[in-house]
Amino acid sequence: MADMHALVRLMREVEDQLASCMRCGMCQSVCPLYAATGREADVARGKLALLDGLLREMFDRPDSVRERLDRCLLCGSCQAGCPSGVRVMDIFIKARAILAGFSGLSFSQKMIFKGMLAHPALFDQLTFWSSRFQKLLTRPINEMLGTSCARVMSPLIGDRHFKPLADRPFHHEVPFLDTPAGRSGRKVAFFVGCLLDKIFPKVAGDVVTVLEKAGVGQLIPQGQACCGIPALSAGDTQTFQKLLRHNLERFPVDDFDYLVTACATCTSTIRKLWPLMAEKEDTSTRRRVARIAEKTLDISQFLVDEHLLTDVPSVGRASKPTEVTYHDPCHLKKSLGVSAQPRTVLNAIEGIRFVEMEGADQCCGMGGSFNIKYYEISREIGERKRKAIQASRCSVVATSCPACMMQISDVLSRGGDPIRVRHVVELLAERWKDNDNYPSAH
Amino acid sequence: MVHAAIVKQLKDLVGSQNVFDNKADRVTYAYDAAVLEPQLPAVVVRPENSEVLGRVVALCNREGLPLTVRGAGTNLSGGAIPQQGGVVLLTNGLNRILEINSEDMYAVVQPGVITAQLAAAVEAKGLFYPPDPGSQAVSTLGGNVAENAGGLRGLKYGVTADYVMGLRFYDVEGNLIKTGSRTVKCATGYNLKALMIGSEGTLGVLDEITLKLIPPPRARKSMLAVFDQMERASQTVAAIIAHHIVPATLEFLDNFTIRAVEDFSHAGLPVEAAAILLVEVDGHPGQVAEEGEQVEAILKQMGAKDIQVARDDAQRDRIWAARRSALSALAKLKPTVVLEDATVPRSKIPAMVHALQGIARRFDLAIGTFGHAGDGNLHPTILTDKRDKGEWQRVEAAIEAIFDEALALGGTLSGEHGTGLAKAGFLKKETGQGAILLSRRIKSALDPNRILNPGKIIGD
Repeated sequence: MADMHALVRLMREVEDQLASCMRCGMCQSVCPLYAATGREADVARGKLALLDGLLREMFDRPDSVRERLDRCLLCGSCQAGCPSGVRVMDIFIKARAILAGFSGLSFSQKMIFKGMLAHPALFDQLTFWSSRFQKLLTRPINEMLGTSCARVMSPLIGDRHFKPLADRPFHHEVPFLDTPAGRSGRKVAFFVGCLLDKIFPKVAGDVVTVLEKAGVGQLIPQGQACCGIPALSAGDTQTFQKLLRHNLERFPVDDFDYLVTACATCTSTIRKLWPLMAEKEDTSTRRRVARIAEKTLDISQFLVDEHLLTDVPSVGRASKPTEVTYHDPCHLKKSLGVSAQPRTVLNAIEGIRFVEMEGADQCCGMGGSFNIKYYEISREIGERKRKAIQASRCSVVATSCPACMMQISDVLSRGGDPIRVRHVVELLAERWKDNDNYPSAH
Repeated sequence: MVHAAIVKQLKDLVGSQNVFDNKADRVTYAYDAAVLEPQLPAVVVRPENSEVLGRVVALCNREGLPLTVRGAGTNLSGGAIPQQGGVVLLTNGLNRILEINSEDMYAVVQPGVITAQLAAAVEAKGLFYPPDPGSQAVSTLGGNVAENAGGLRGLKYGVTADYVMGLRFYDVEGNLIKTGSRTVKCATGYNLKALMIGSEGTLGVLDEITLKLIPPPRARKSMLAVFDQMERASQTVAAIIAHHIVPATLEFLDNFTIRAVEDFSHAGLPVEAAAILLVEVDGHPGQVAEEGEQVEAILKQMGAKDIQVARDDAQRDRIWAARRSALSALAKLKPTVVLEDATVPRSKIPAMVHALQGIARRFDLAIGTFGHAGDGNLHPTILTDKRDKGEWQRVEAAIEAIFDEALALGGTLSGEHGTGLAKAGFLKKETGQGAILLSRRIKSALDPNRILNPGKIIGD
C-alpha cells in the first residue's frame, strides 16, 4: 500500500487537468473505440474517472487501470470535441509514463524499445535483415495493394494482410541529402520516419521528387531515429528522451526553414509531444524543441500554405479522370487541425476527380500498437472505414499517414476490394513525373 | 454486496461478456454528468434483447438488488448514479430503431437508441423529431423519456413527453406492460405512459418507445439582436410572446456568457452588449416571412442596438454557433460547472434574470446565464472548483437561493434535467408534502422492495 501512495504522489502531476473533465460524456459520440465496444472504460470520460480513482486511492494495485488506459487509439477525437477543453492526450501520455515507470515495461516492450528502437543504427540493421528473411515466412497475397500474409500460423501476424518491409529502405537509396534553397527560396529538413523509411520508401522518394520539382532545398540528415511515439505511448519515457536527443542533434534547427514529414503521426508527435515531454529538459534544449516543433509541417500543408502548388503540370491528354477519395488521419486532422491542405493538393492534380467520403475523419482503427494488441477491435473499426471507402465508389483512397495506409490496405485486401491506397504525395509526384514523360502536354 | 452466485446467474442470462464485475469497470459506471459523489455499483449488466431485459429486472427484484438503468450517463441531476453496491443496467445493448413509419408518422425504438441518430434517420425519410436535448449527440431516447428531456425547441414544439405515443416497459416483477398506442388518439386504460415519463427509472424499466413524428417546417428565419440593457432583452422575450408569435427557438445569452464565447471562438460578438437574443421562426414560408418581419419590428421597438437577420444557411449557422458554444466556452473557464435549469413562467424572465445577478453578487460567484428564454428555462451556470471547500459551500447556498427565487416567481426546480438525487431534497418546496406522500404510495405499490433507482426524486 505504501507504494500506492508513491504512485498517487506522481499522479498529482495530472490532477489539475483531470479536474477539468465535467463528465458530460460528449466524448462518447466521437470515440471510435466506444462505437465498437460501448464500454465506458474505453472512452475518455471513463479513463479519466479511472485515473481519478487512482488518485483517490480506490485501487490496491494500478494494473487494471493501466490495462484500460492502454486500450486507446490515441486518435485524439475526444480532445478535439471536448466542450471543457480537457487535454486528454497530454493526460493519457503522462499517465501512461507514470504507470509504466511504476509497474515497469513488459519483457517484449523492453526488447523492442530499449533493445532496438533506442539504437537507431541497430534498428536499421535488424529491420534490413528481417526484410531478407520475411519472404521465407510470408507470401504476397494482393498484388495491387502490395500486401502479404503469413505462410504458416503466426501469433504475431495472425491473418493480417500486411505491407511487408521493403527490400531496400529509403536510407539506403538516399542516405544523405543537402541541397540549397532553389527558386522557391525555401529549404526544408525532411523527417522520414520509420514507416516511410522501412515500408514505404517509394513515398519517401516521392517527397524528395515533389520538393525538387517545387524548387525547395532539402536537408536529409544521416542516421535519423524514430520520432519516439511507439515508446512514448507505451510509457517508456527513457527511450523517448533518448530518441529526442538523437534527433535534435541531427536536425540543426537553424539550418532549415521548415521540417516536413509525410507521416501524420510523426508530424503530430514532433509538434505536440516533443514540447510536452521536453518540459523537464534544460532551457536551451527546451527552446530548440519548441523551435523545431513550430517549424514542423505535414508535406501537403507545407506545399499549400507556402503556395508551391502553382507549378503542378496540367495534362493535355483527354482521359477519364481517376476518382480519388481521402481519409483524414487522426493525427493530422484531430491533433493539428490539418484537413483542407491535402484536399487542396488532390484538387490541384489534373486527371483526378476528388470525391468526399462519408465520415472521412473517422479513425481507421490503426492506432499503432493498438492494432497489435487489440487486432479484433482494430479490424472492426477498420471495417467501418472500408464501407465508407466502398460507398465513395472511388478506385483510389488517398491519405497522409503511412500507418493509416497499412491499416486501410489490410481491410481492403481482406475484402478483396479493387481499390488502391496511395499517399497524397505519391499522386502529386506521379503527375509531375508523368509530365516529364509527356513534355508536350505542358 | 452482490453474491457471486448472482453474478453467475446474470452471466448465464446475458453472457459473461456483458457482465462487468471488475472494480476498474465498475468505477466507470459510478457517476453521471451531475456534480455529485460517485457511487460504486457491485455489478454492471448489459442485456441485448427485450426478453433478457425483463429477466434481469425480475432477478434483481427477487434478490432485493437496487437497480439503476443507465443510457449514456449524460444525466445532470444524478438520475444515473447507482446505489452503492447495487446493479447498473446498461441500455446500449438495446439500440435498434425498430420502425420508422412515414404513413402514420411514428417511430418505434429501443431505449438505447441515441437521440441524434433517430433524428437523422427520421430526417432522411423527410420527417421531423423535434425534441433536441443539448446532449443529443450522446443521450439515449430511454434516458430522454425517463427524464422528460427538453431542448432548444421546447417553446414551439414541446418536450419529449409531447412525442411519446406509447411505451412498453417491464414492471419490477418482470411483467411486460403495454401502454399508449400507435394511434394519434388513445383513451384506453390508465395513462400509465404519462406516469412513466419523467419517472427516472423509479417505477419500471423501459423496453420500447413509440414516438410521434411530424412534417418538418418548410422555411425558417433566424436573427440575432443585441441589447445594451439586460432589462430590455428580457422584456423583449415577453413582448414577442405577448404578440402571439411562437418562435421555434428564442435563446438568451448574458454579458458574462457573451464574453466567454467571444474569448473562446472569436465569432465577432459584441462583448460590450448586456445581452443577446437569438430568435428563429419557422413554418410555412408565408408565415415565416410575416412573423420574421413582426419580430424584427418588435426587436427595434424594444431598443435592440443591432439586429442581424440570416439571409442564408451559412449566416444562420454563424448565428447559432454562438449559442451552441455557450456551455463549452463557460466550461473552459473553471474546472467545475454546475448547470442549473430552474424555470419560470416566461413573463417572469426579467425578474429571474435580475435575481440571478443579485445571487452572483451576494455569494461572490461567477454565474453565466444563457438558455431557453422563450420557455422560461434559463441555465444559470455556476463556475467553480469543487476542491475549494469554502467556495463550494457558497455554491450550494447559491443553488438553494436560485431554487427559492424560481419557486417564488411561480416556477419550477427543473425545466428539463429532472429531480434525480440533486433536487430530491428540494422537491417538497415545490410540490408540498402531500404530493411526496402520494408519490411514495405509488412507488411502494409498484416497487414494494424499493429496488428501482432508489433515492431518486422522492428520496429513500
